[in-house]
Amino acid sequence: MAHAETLDAHDHTTTTQHASSNLAHHFDNLEQQREAGSLGMWLFLVTEIMFFGGLFTGYIIYRMQHPQAFAIASSTLNWKLGALNTVVLIVSSLTMALAVYFAQMGNRRSQIIFLVVTMLLGATFLVVKAFEYADKFEHHHFPGLNFQWNEAVPAGVSTHHIQMFYWIYFAMTGLHALHMIIGIGAMLFLIFYAYRGRYTPEYHAPVELTGLYWHFVDIVWIFLFPLLYLLGAHLTHGGGGGH
Amino acid sequence: MSEHIVSKKLYFVIFGALMALTALTVFAANIDLGSEKLNTVVALTIAVTKAVLVVLYFMHVRYSSRLTWVVVAGGFLWLAIMIGLTMSDYLTRGFLTYPR
Repeated sequence: MAHAETLDAHDHTTTTQHASSNLAHHFDNLEQQREAGSLGMWLFLVTEIMFFGGLFTGYIIYRMQHPQAFAIASSTLNWKLGALNTVVLIVSSLTMALAVYFAQMGNRRSQIIFLVVTMLLGATFLVVKAFEYADKFEHHHFPGLNFQWNEAVPAGVSTHHIQMFYWIYFAMTGLHALHMIIGIGAMLFLIFYAYRGRYTPEYHAPVELTGLYWHFVDIVWIFLFPLLYLLGAHLTHGGGGGH
Repeated sequence: MSEHIVSKKLYFVIFGALMALTALTVFAANIDLGSEKLNTVVALTIAVTKAVLVVLYFMHVRYSSRLTWVVVAGGFLWLAIMIGLTMSDYLTRGFLTYPR
C-alpha cells in the first residue's frame, strides 16, 4: 500500500510524483484524506441543493398561483431541444464517471480522452442552449422592458404571469449554464494535470470531486427539464414550440 | 476500507436506465393524463428516480461512509423542510375566511 505515515508526510512539501507527497500533513493517511475531501464536496453540494432549492420553491409557488399562464409559456419552449440536451448531459455524466473510473485504474490516456469528451458534451449543451436563448430574444420573450406577448391569451390569464415564467426560466437555466461553464473550466485544469501524470490510483481526488460537481449539475437539469419544458408539452401535442 | 471502484458495466446499466426514464418522461408528458396534477406527479416521480440513481451510483454515495450518507440525506431533508414549510403557508391561506 502506498499509505504514508503521518510523520513521513511532513518532509514532502513539493509536488513530486512520490505518492506520499499527495498526503497533506493534517491527515493520517490517504484514505482519511479522500474521505474528508469527498465529505467537504458534499457539504458544498448541500449548499448548492439549498441554493437551487430556493429557486425551485419560487417556481412551485408561482406555478401554483398561475398554472395556466405557466403552461402556455412553457409550451413555447422547444421540448425536443430540451430532451436533446437532457440526453447530452446524461451521456456526459457517463463519460465523467468513466473518467473517474480510469483515474482509479491509473489509465492516464483513457482518463484524458473521457475528460475531453465530457467537456465537448458540456460545450454542446451550451451551444444548444445559446440557440434556444437566441430564439427567445428574437421573439421578445426575454423578460424585461422589451417583453412582448403577441398571442391571444385565455380569459383570466395575465401576460405578466407569462413573463414571470420566463424570469424563472432564464434565472434557473442561466444559473445552471453558469455551473456548467465552471465545470468545463475545472475540467481544463484536470486535463492539464492528468496530462502531466498528476493523478494516480492512490491520489485522484480532484477528478473524483469534479465528477461529483458535474453529476450534481446533471441532477439539477433532470428536474429543470420536466418542470420547464414538459409542463406545457401536452398542450401542443408534440408541436414543440419554436414558433 | 479502501475506495470502492464501481465497475464499467454498472455505469452502463445506470446510464441505460437514465436514458429509458428520459424517454418515459417525454412520452408521459405528451399525453394528457387527465389532470395537470397527475402529469406533474408522474414527471417528478421519474425525475426523483433518475436523481437517486445518479446520487447512488455515479456519485458513489451507495459505497460511501455513513457520515457522507448523513450529510447527503441532511441536505435533502433541509430542502424538504424549506419547501414543506413554505407550502404550509401558501396552501393554507384559503382555509380561513375572515372579514377584510
